[in-house]
Amino acid sequence: MLGEGILKGMAVTAKNFFGSYFSAERLTTVEYPEQRIAPFEAARVFPFLVFDGADWEAGLRCVACQICEKECPPKCIYIEKSTDKKPDAVGKLQFYPARFDIDISVCMSCQICVEVCPFEAIKMDTEFELSTDDRFGGLLLDRKQLAKSNEYYHQIHSTEAAGVDARLAAEKAKADAKAKGAAAAKTAAIAGEGA
Amino acid sequence: MSIVFYLLAALTVAGGLAAMLLKNMVHCVLALTVAFAGLALLFLKLDAQFAGFAQILVYIGAVAILVVFAILLTRGSETPKDGVFSRSWLIGLVIAAAVFAVLGWAVLQSARVLPHETAIPVVTVKQIGAALVGRYVLPLEIVAVLLTAAMIGAVIVAMHENVGHEKEGSK
Amino acid sequence: MIETCDQIFVLLQHWLVSFLPASWQPAAGVLLSVAAIVCVFPALFAVAVLLERKGLARIQNRLGPNRVGPFGLFQPIADAIKSLTKEDIVPQSADAAVHFLAPVLLVITVFMGFAVLPMGRNMVLVDLDAGLLLYFAMGASSELAVFMAGWSSRNKYSLLGAMRAVAQMISYEVPLLLSSVAVVMITGSLSLTKIVEAQNHYTWGLPHWYIFTPWGFAGFLMYAIATTAETNRSPFDLPEGESELVAGYHTEYSGFKFALFFLGEYVAMFSISGLGTTLFLGGWSAPFSFLTWVPSWIWFFSKLMLSIFVFIWMRGTLPRLRQDQLMNFAWKFVLPMCLVNLLAAGLWRFMGDGWLRWVVCSAILIAAYAGMGLAEMRKQRLGPRSYRYAE
Repeated sequence: MLGEGILKGMAVTAKNFFGSYFSAERLTTVEYPEQRIAPFEAARVFPFLVFDGADWEAGLRCVACQICEKECPPKCIYIEKSTDKKPDAVGKLQFYPARFDIDISVCMSCQICVEVCPFEAIKMDTEFELSTDDRFGGLLLDRKQLAKSNEYYHQIHSTEAAGVDARLAAEKAKADAKAKGAAAAKTAAIAGEGA
Repeated sequence: MSIVFYLLAALTVAGGLAAMLLKNMVHCVLALTVAFAGLALLFLKLDAQFAGFAQILVYIGAVAILVVFAILLTRGSETPKDGVFSRSWLIGLVIAAAVFAVLGWAVLQSARVLPHETAIPVVTVKQIGAALVGRYVLPLEIVAVLLTAAMIGAVIVAMHENVGHEKEGSK
Repeated sequence: MIETCDQIFVLLQHWLVSFLPASWQPAAGVLLSVAAIVCVFPALFAVAVLLERKGLARIQNRLGPNRVGPFGLFQPIADAIKSLTKEDIVPQSADAAVHFLAPVLLVITVFMGFAVLPMGRNMVLVDLDAGLLLYFAMGASSELAVFMAGWSSRNKYSLLGAMRAVAQMISYEVPLLLSSVAVVMITGSLSLTKIVEAQNHYTWGLPHWYIFTPWGFAGFLMYAIATTAETNRSPFDLPEGESELVAGYHTEYSGFKFALFFLGEYVAMFSISGLGTTLFLGGWSAPFSFLTWVPSWIWFFSKLMLSIFVFIWMRGTLPRLRQDQLMNFAWKFVLPMCLVNLLAAGLWRFMGDGWLRWVVCSAILIAAYAGMGLAEMRKQRLGPRSYRYAE
């Protein structure tokens, strides 16, 4: 009958109106900034550099291979390689970035740098409250601002970080086994020569 | 002859003059609306409530809007190039003076014919209604038929235009 | 005591006016009442704007404004300050005089309508014999203001919005008047105070409000539809729809003039709801005979606010009607229903008291409604919904 749809619609809106005082399903507003939604596993905003241990310079995983700089579509990463080397997670001596700048006003959060990094050194952060009144310098993050610890990485992406740690531990174990095998072969060779 | 009457009369006459003298057609219509409002207030001053409110409802609420729509739809809102006054203004003045003379004579005659009517007669809406469906029912019905005919005519004219346009468009 | 509460404003007016010499007292009394109306209804406007924003928000699963003051209660003050301090931009090619006068005329005609509304026992500003006619005369004049606003802006969209608004208002004025004519027929008078007094009787505790009669209920529905269209409210708000014509006839208005248009629209809503409560809902009379101790003006304003709440509810529920759908609805459905309603009201009057007239009138009205509804809906041919997804 004519008018039936209108009455049904009015019933729905009345349910919405009165329900919004009682159930959260009927009032989905989150009053930012007093209330925040909990961040979820796959959230991503801008990249950051991971360091292991307590000292950010010594534990920085990045070896300045410059793959991410080349692969970045809007070219927002700027890397300057260092002249000397320092030991990395496995113990091998590697270069490190003397300068690592990301321009976050250019970065489009595509995550390509994370996907191509062979050393699990650059990961996606979830921090988005980056407003600043310095339009140019404030949005150019340098190496110190980008370096965040592995514990922080576990906090924001726990499953991903656990996977990364497992992979790195496996690699380290493999490298250790190879080094032990090489050392054993060497001692065996010397012992063989001696005998 | 109180001051209110003079003010309302001045308003009405000013509205009428402005309706004649202004260049922009829509301004003229709005001035005419002011004249209608003045007339309505004069009716109200004479305690003719029904006439006053009907004047506002019909003239200001419907006729003025009708005139404005007619002007807008027939591109009359542009200022005429030849100016507002026509060349045969003398004949117009003579005719207006003649009409004014006849009306003035009739009004003054009525004061002479009915000298003992000092009180304003109180005519309620009920009396008007009773008269309309009692004594004046035939004029009422004729006016209704006239209005219906006018409406049907307008619809037919509009339909003809639509059909004409469609035929032109399909050619 | 109850009497004092009920007549408190009348007594207050008499007391204040008694300080003046006798020859000035009538004029002073009228001026005081006018001042009261001009203060109360804009204050109600502020409350209504806040209620609308919060109410619509809750219907739409969100909070309304809640930053200014506790629960956003001072939001109208913030809005008022904003509209007063905004720059008043008048387009260069606009007709300055008409552009200025349009909101003024709108506000004047809208406030004039309050002169005949009985807001409580003995609380009507002017007790006219032809009160209803004054109200409709003022309503008709407000259309001219809308047209003036649209035309003076020299903007195609404004003009289009104004023409649509005027066409809509004129087409819905006929059902508005016809549904009130049924009430006038039964009461026998155009005076609003007499209409309220005719409804102020009680049988078995229930009042004789006209909405509780078949023709009154149908009349009230038609009146409600017509008022929603007259005041350009959803679902009839195409002339001022923000997504359609920018803002329709008040596109080129900013600052205080826009606030005046807004005020005019809401105050028109109040006055037309007030008229609706007077005609159909018994005005200032109480719903049950044991509740007559509550002051009459409280009943009037509660019914007014209830109508406003229903307006807001409708706005949150229904989508907007297109212009041709709107006009079709007016001329092809509402107008014939109003004429059938007149017939039913006439039959009611002449059938005398008893259960027969209830049955006959209800039957006629329901048959007409169902018949016309079926005729309209059969033309639509709405099938079940089908979805097509992009591959």
